[in-house]
Amino acid sequence: MNGAATRGRAGSWAGLWFVSPAMAFIIVFFFIPAIVSLGLSLTTFDIYALSDFGNVRFVGLANYERLFATPLFWKALGNTFYFVVLGAPLSVALSLAAALLVNAPAARFKGFYRALFFAPFVTTLVATAVIWRYLLHTRYGLVNEMLGLAGLGPVDWLGNPSASMPAIVLFSVWKNFGYAMMLLLAGLQTIPRDLYEAARIDGAGSWQQFRHVTLPGIAPVLLVVTIMTVANYFQLFAEPYVMTQGEPAQSTVSILYLMFEQGFKWWDLGFASTVAFVLFVIMLAVSLAQLALARRQGAV
Amino acid sequence: MRRIIGPLLINTALAALGLFVLLPMLWMLAVSFMQPGEAASYPPPLVPSHPTLANYTALFARGGMSRYLVNSFLFATAATALSLTFNVAAGYAFAKLHFPGRDMLFRLLLAGLVVPAQVGMLALFLMLKQMGLVNSYAGALVPWLASIFGIFIVRQYALSVPGELIEAGRLDGASELRIFWSIVLPMLRPVLVTLGLFTFVANWNDFLWPLIILSDDGRYTLPVALAAMSREHVQDAELMMAGAVVTIAPVLILFIIAQRQYVAGLTAGGVKG
Repeated sequence: MNGAATRGRAGSWAGLWFVSPAMAFIIVFFFIPAIVSLGLSLTTFDIYALSDFGNVRFVGLANYERLFATPLFWKALGNTFYFVVLGAPLSVALSLAAALLVNAPAARFKGFYRALFFAPFVTTLVATAVIWRYLLHTRYGLVNEMLGLAGLGPVDWLGNPSASMPAIVLFSVWKNFGYAMMLLLAGLQTIPRDLYEAARIDGAGSWQQFRHVTLPGIAPVLLVVTIMTVANYFQLFAEPYVMTQGEPAQSTVSILYLMFEQGFKWWDLGFASTVAFVLFVIMLAVSLAQLALARRQGAV
Repeated sequence: MRRIIGPLLINTALAALGLFVLLPMLWMLAVSFMQPGEAASYPPPLVPSHPTLANYTALFARGGMSRYLVNSFLFATAATALSLTFNVAAGYAFAKLHFPGRDMLFRLLLAGLVVPAQVGMLALFLMLKQMGLVNSYAGALVPWLASIFGIFIVRQYALSVPGELIEAGRLDGASELRIFWSIVLPMLRPVLVTLGLFTFVANWNDFLWPLIILSDDGRYTLPVALAAMSREHVQDAELMMAGAVVTIAPVLILFIIAQRQYVAGLTAGGVKG
């Protein structure tokens, strides 16, 4: 605005002083490491290089070739996609359902439920993963106890390779749905009441109101929430670390779990950087694809 | 008929979802007061038969829990204080001050949003190793000194500070630092509280980076210590639940007290930002 005219040269430099500490930290501890990691992924930086940097060799794309020839990478990629494809839609669907319920005029104790549903998101991931490990216990766990009441089960949740990922999904949905619910709730509250009124006068039932008033009203928020949830689910790590250690039969080894093991268990930092970059590229591609899809459907 | 069934369905569904969310927490609390081994009986008990504090005393007396609690507390507090200072100054400048390179720097930050933090962790570890900061609190704090998200939230809020007030300060001859300190900062108080809460909770819960950088058991934060303990004491459900209570309680209590501020920041950052 016209404030710039009255401000001297000193005033304009002041802004730079205000941002420089934060910018310096972000550049040195975030951007530069990210770029260096890309460089690392082109080298044989392993445990020998850790003791003597002279042992590092530049190998071009050899790490990428090696990664794509590693069966465990494909397994981890498949596991991660399975987790995202099963978990993210379930998570967003429950968030939306919870937001609609809390927002319903007939709902009671709204404030209480809002806070309650959000609470798991605030709690420590490691601690809640520990709780769920016991809840999912085959013999003494509450989950199987509940299934038993319905005449089902028992399921060896964390010991059976085909049940382990669904078990982690169940836990993750419980942990995360409150966050997106809160954002969707804020979106729902921006829809003017008269729109519903007008739809009712036009004879629209609850489903038609949802389809033609609610959904278009929250479409932008829903898109943001979906992209955030998917990105978040791609970063699966602490859950398998605490609940299954990647087992049974490596059915819960995620991409990040693979990166952590390669980097900080086997100290193969070059190879681990390769894993990290492949995950980054996949996440970016998936986010862009979601955006393009939403654009095509006219959601934003 | 519809008038009664609709509300009934809605409130029943809410109660069921509430139970789904609440039950794991209540179970944790109940089991933490059970006698060692009690939870591993069939059918799984929901209430301790003879409530005991034995698990908590075991954690604090033998498990070094007080050490981890202090570590976590100091770590989260230091990270919050530092990142608040740097993020607030930067967020205000991006919103209200004109300086060379502002738009370029802001675009750089925007671009950074798509890079997951884990990408740089391997190189960051090596950098800190060169600096001798592996296994130090300073090393654990480094990624928290400033955050793109924090700068954005502050900027968003600072856009609403009236430019006339800042101009008036300048006409009175106040320095930019003085304007920031006595005019702007008081107006930014709500966002300071929100961002402070966010940073504290995020730090308290942080796992991957402390797991990587802290190798000495005595320096562990609660999540890292709890994960290590859970690998060691698989059979001790009661002990582990007491550990989970100690880890979760501080952030959960903080959230319950300051819910409003927490949620306000969340929606400001997520929906509009």
